Amino acid sequence: MSGLWILFRRELGQTWGRGGGPVLALTFFACVATLLPLAVGASPARLASVAPGAAWLALALASLLSLERLFERDFEDGTLDLLALGPAPLEAVALAKGLAQWLANGAPLALLAPVVAVALGAGLSLVPMIFTSALIGGLGLSFTGGIGAALSLGSRRGGVLIAVIVLPLFAPPVIFGAGVIDAYASGLDWRPALSFLSAYSLAALALGPLAMAAACRNALS
Amino acid sequence: MITGLHLENLAIRRGERLLFAGLCLDLGAGEALALTGANGAGKTSLLRAIAGLILPHEGWVRFVGARGDLEPEDARSSGIHLLGHQDGLKSAGTAWDELLFQVRWTGGTEASARAACRLLDLERLLELEVRKLSAGQRRRLALARLVASPRSLWLLDEPMAPLDSERRHLFGHLMGEHLASGGMIIAAVHDPLPIPVRRLDLVFS
Repeated sequence: MSGLWILFRRELGQTWGRGGGPVLALTFFACVATLLPLAVGASPARLASVAPGAAWLALALASLLSLERLFERDFEDGTLDLLALGPAPLEAVALAKGLAQWLANGAPLALLAPVVAVALGAGLSLVPMIFTSALIGGLGLSFTGGIGAALSLGSRRGGVLIAVIVLPLFAPPVIFGAGVIDAYASGLDWRPALSFLSAYSLAALALGPLAMAAACRNALS
Repeated sequence: MITGLHLENLAIRRGERLLFAGLCLDLGAGEALALTGANGAGKTSLLRAIAGLILPHEGWVRFVGARGDLEPEDARSSGIHLLGHQDGLKSAGTAWDELLFQVRWTGGTEASARAACRLLDLERLLELEVRKLSAGQRRRLALARLVASPRSLWLLDEPMAPLDSERRHLFGHLMGEHLASGGMIIAAVHDPLPIPVRRLDLVFS
């Protein structure tokens, strides 16, 4: 257990520090949101109606950015060999990596999501709901994204491959995440959508580490 | 603690090519084995197969402890050091941070890491980033992990290559101590090791 805690703290430090940490993803998120009014027109009414969905789409895209570094560098520099011979199984290693990815990347993005949505014209009353859905959904994005990152190990241009593997799997959280906010904004019952979003994230949390560990073993062999 | 290693009828395939087959080997506590063979003969693959990173095409790797056979997962998670060409030291981290993580992850402590640094003459380098170390210094940092966290089976891939003659002598001494305390070493080498060893020559099949 103490070994895993050491690994988790290290992963958190690495995710936070390497290559600018979450700053890159946050900047990308803000850039995509800035492009939106240029693409659909700056009419406030139109922007406000697409703001939650656009924020969620940008969130999913921004979550992709740091995935390439999740396993690839450890694979190249031999760290993955070391992790495979440690006190915890690779499944637990993958869990620690996924959680660190969520805390160091998903959480800052979840903090920025309401800001982006409000800037696009979403009502201030939506802020808590946007943050909550982005935080819960971010957990799922980190773990399904981790599967793609592990599967693309050893391939050239892994980043593009990750996006192609992972983006289809991002469809459910985008649907339910934007759905929660839409339902909440129009006074409908938002709990079913939030339940589905949570279920997706929990499933990713439970199954992601198994898939990531299997993909890592495959890449090492 | 691993006190014996048995390879039974081991065959390893990489892609379409069968590297070797029918390899049998027994290694006991205090014994060292030098793996020799041409480039591509399968020395690294054999080390990785013993470490469980490659699945053998045929045959078994068995680990024996004081009370009989060990579960391979248990033996590997607490009894093996694998040191290859990639040492897992992040070039952006400081030498001390990188070493300390590796030592703690493999079961050592901060105190044992300090002691290993003294032994390997690394103390002046610990504040530097790993990328600023020379190849020899970097290898000494990687070797410090072996000394700092006690694991009985060392799997080494060309451990001496970047070391100068004085450090080779020192590392020979450390390997001797490891063997004297009941450890085992399998090293893929081209140059002879400065300790008494058995030799296993892998030839192309």
